[in-house]
Amino acid sequence: MSMQRDPMVIAGREFNSRLMVGTGKYASFQQMVQAIEISGAEIITVAVRRVNISDRSKESLLDHIDLKKYTLLPNTAGCYTAEDAVRTCRLAREAGMSDFVKLEVLGDEKTLFPDNEELLKAAKILVGEGFTVLPYCSDDVTVCRKLQDLGCAAVMPLGAPIGSGLGIRNPYNIKIILENISVPVIVDAGVGCASDAAIAMELGCDGVLMNTAIAGAQDPIAMAEAMKLAVIAGRLSFKAGRIPRKLYANASSPIEGLLG
Amino acid sequence: MKVIVNGDSSDIRDGSTVAGLLEALKIGRERVAVEVGLEIVPKACYDTHTLMEGDKVEIVQFVGGG
Repeated sequence: MSMQRDPMVIAGREFNSRLMVGTGKYASFQQMVQAIEISGAEIITVAVRRVNISDRSKESLLDHIDLKKYTLLPNTAGCYTAEDAVRTCRLAREAGMSDFVKLEVLGDEKTLFPDNEELLKAAKILVGEGFTVLPYCSDDVTVCRKLQDLGCAAVMPLGAPIGSGLGIRNPYNIKIILENISVPVIVDAGVGCASDAAIAMELGCDGVLMNTAIAGAQDPIAMAEAMKLAVIAGRLSFKAGRIPRKLYANASSPIEGLLG
Repeated sequence: MKVIVNGDSSDIRDGSTVAGLLEALKIGRERVAVEVGLEIVPKACYDTHTLMEGDKVEIVQFVGGG
């Protein structure tokens, strides 16, 4: 099994890695490049922002990213209305020449939880314009179903608030989504450490997306490797099929042949 | 003439095109997207799209994000 290919398929495109990583919050571009490289991720998220007109000395993110190797997933972070999110996606497509977008429409600054009404509105417009839409959404199967029905290429429910590192706080909600949704389910947000990523994968998720858990770790490069291994381990563990949980012991060694 | 670029007023030569503005600002056209008055200007039109007095221009790029 471990040697077999087990790609994640999004909108007909195959990806060998089920880990998607962000490019924010790193101490330097060099650290970011190393962390992404060791994570094995093939899809990386980026944000869309104004070019600094007054100071052109700063290096550009894309000077450091091999676009032949990675698929960029521009996000709509910081957008609170469907209108702003759609505008950002159109700009992202023009800048990156790709239809992939991570759609997020936020409802609240403190929690960064999604505004489902605006999210659905934006998703409808963007799918209509030919975008491959991967929406960050609530852990709500009804919202996920609506996003799927609108034509989104995946759903990306949160495991806990963005950047919180609280881990997968909602395994049963994620499980319900997995049982009722046929497009890929990717946990986006909440992961704090490698075991959290493994738990998401053991639930049966198709992938995990994270940024802060790696970039904010004391050693981001080591954490990137830990996340790579955790996602692979979690996926294998899910596919292998765990033993049932039992209340009492069940000896691993035979009773027969015990010394009398 | 005056145009607004990324929120700030900017004095540019009359009849400047989007391409001319990017060149003046030393911004490579490959990795940015440009909007004039909320309408995206496709890269193929940078050389022909002439800016008008008071135009609101947005020039965006990709930055680190999650």
